[in-house]
Amino acid sequence: MQARQGATRRAAATGCLTAAGVNGMGKASASRREFLGKVAQGAALAATGGLVWAYLLQQQARATPFAIRPPGARYEPDFHAKCIKCGQCVDACPYDTLRLASVGEPLPIGTPYFIPRDVPCYMCPDIPCKNACPTGALDPALEDINDSKMGLAVIDIENCLSWQGLRCEICYRECPLTNKAITVEHHPRKISKHAMFVPIVHSGHCTGCGICENACPTQEAAIRVVQPNLVQGRIGDHYRLGWTVDTPITQDFKPAEQTSGDSSTSRALDYLNEDGL
Amino acid sequence: MSDSREDPRLGPNGRPVRLFVMPETISGKLRVWRYIILRRITQLSVLLLFFGTVHWGWSIAQRPLLSGDLSASELLGVVPLADPFAVLQIFLTRHVVEPKVLIGAGIILAVYAFLGGRTWCAWMCPINMVTDLAAWLRRRVGINDVFHLSRNIRYIVLMLALVLSALVGVAAFEWISPISMFHRELIFGIGLGWTAVLGVFLLDLFILRNGWCGHLCPLGAFYAQAGRVAQVRVSFDKRTCTHCGECAKVCPEPQVLNLHQAADAGMVASGECSNCGRCVPICPENSLAFDWRWHIRAGQHQKSQDRESEPPERRAA
Repeated sequence: MQARQGATRRAAATGCLTAAGVNGMGKASASRREFLGKVAQGAALAATGGLVWAYLLQQQARATPFAIRPPGARYEPDFHAKCIKCGQCVDACPYDTLRLASVGEPLPIGTPYFIPRDVPCYMCPDIPCKNACPTGALDPALEDINDSKMGLAVIDIENCLSWQGLRCEICYRECPLTNKAITVEHHPRKISKHAMFVPIVHSGHCTGCGICENACPTQEAAIRVVQPNLVQGRIGDHYRLGWTVDTPITQDFKPAEQTSGDSSTSRALDYLNEDGL
Repeated sequence: MSDSREDPRLGPNGRPVRLFVMPETISGKLRVWRYIILRRITQLSVLLLFFGTVHWGWSIAQRPLLSGDLSASELLGVVPLADPFAVLQIFLTRHVVEPKVLIGAGIILAVYAFLGGRTWCAWMCPINMVTDLAAWLRRRVGINDVFHLSRNIRYIVLMLALVLSALVGVAAFEWISPISMFHRELIFGIGLGWTAVLGVFLLDLFILRNGWCGHLCPLGAFYAQAGRVAQVRVSFDKRTCTHCGECAKVCPEPQVLNLHQAADAGMVASGECSNCGRCVPICPENSLAFDWRWHIRAGQHQKSQDRESEPPERRAA
């Protein structure tokens, strides 16, 4: 009722209705009809506009798998919701690494990102970009820059110089988490006595800073930072690497407790020598 | 005012109607344009402060001067400022934001609720420069509207922005706002955001007078609501007003100059008034002036008391 009165008042104010308190049923029902018509028009307009608008938003929200976000950036949908597009992280970055997506780039408008091949993140220990974020789109709980997960470096071993047998290992030497995020392994080589020294990325330590990608000497970087969910698989719960030390044997896999003295260990081991087999 | 031409009509107060004439002298012109000049200075200097801070490292005592953009910023590394409408949209996506941005939004909301909500529109918003240019060109060339659109559409857009923020899970207006595109790209680097700004310009120039700011913009609608309690208002003196209508000709929101309502309230009370000050220097009778709401209220109260204390025979006369 209140809403209707308000709407009638508004309509009267814009000159759509002649009088709010009209006398006589005919006028009242005419103004009611007009009012309902206005409501229907408004609702239809809102619905049509809203559909187009929602479509635009979702198109933008989907177009993001290649964005490398600043350190501490939350899971992409939460980041989308929280980022107010103010650019204070861009201001705070001392290396001009960060930029805001402008219209026309395949990223949500105004969100911060960086292109490691141009300027990587140099992993400031005090994380000024995260500190500048007013909304918490960059998680204030991130205290150690080495814990950040901006992305994951992946190696194209078909184009990596080291994997071809040359001595390069530039990514390994440039990596700020030396011997953690990238290690070098010796691989034997068939055609000569010299071993290959191949870089391997360890996702548990890689922060996605992109210093490796920036330093890679090949024409197109053979090591690149991507969003981890684009390239990472997951073993899942079905498989258990029983030989690894850090995989504890769960309760389910423990042999059943022996309850009767009848099935002793020696008899169980002896069954191979018995007649049946 | 001497700068006026006579009109044969008489105003409702019995005075002859005079119309506005642009003064010949430069100083006279500057007097008429004073609020436009002040508004351009505020709009441009705020953009310059943002730009200088990010590109030229402007700072005071090693503290960045004004970091960020008009969506959210920090003054001297201490005072947070934020767009309350953007924060409201983020809030509706059911995400908890940091206190910093809440404080910033509170400060800005308080400032504009005091100065007049849509004072933001006329004095700060960079799109206002574009739409003012379109309005000026439209007046010069004489272009008619393509269609009529209710100015209340903006409240539907405002509601849509809030509902879609909740449904889609992103700040709905912030993701398509030509205002944000404009200041963000002016401050942080040009992309294709100018296409949206051009769209607003063409809409205002060829299709609908004050199409963006006066009909569609949900941020303006938001500040119009915040401006209901504004303390800085344009006061209206009905004793001198001759209803010449010059103010309504220049006003980008002419519906706020409902002179009957203004006469009752003693001021332009509507939150949709952006305190742009176009009407103030153009009024041939000086009936309009910036004033404080409490001052106007006190004046009105005084006047009504005077009326009551008048002897009845004089009132009848």
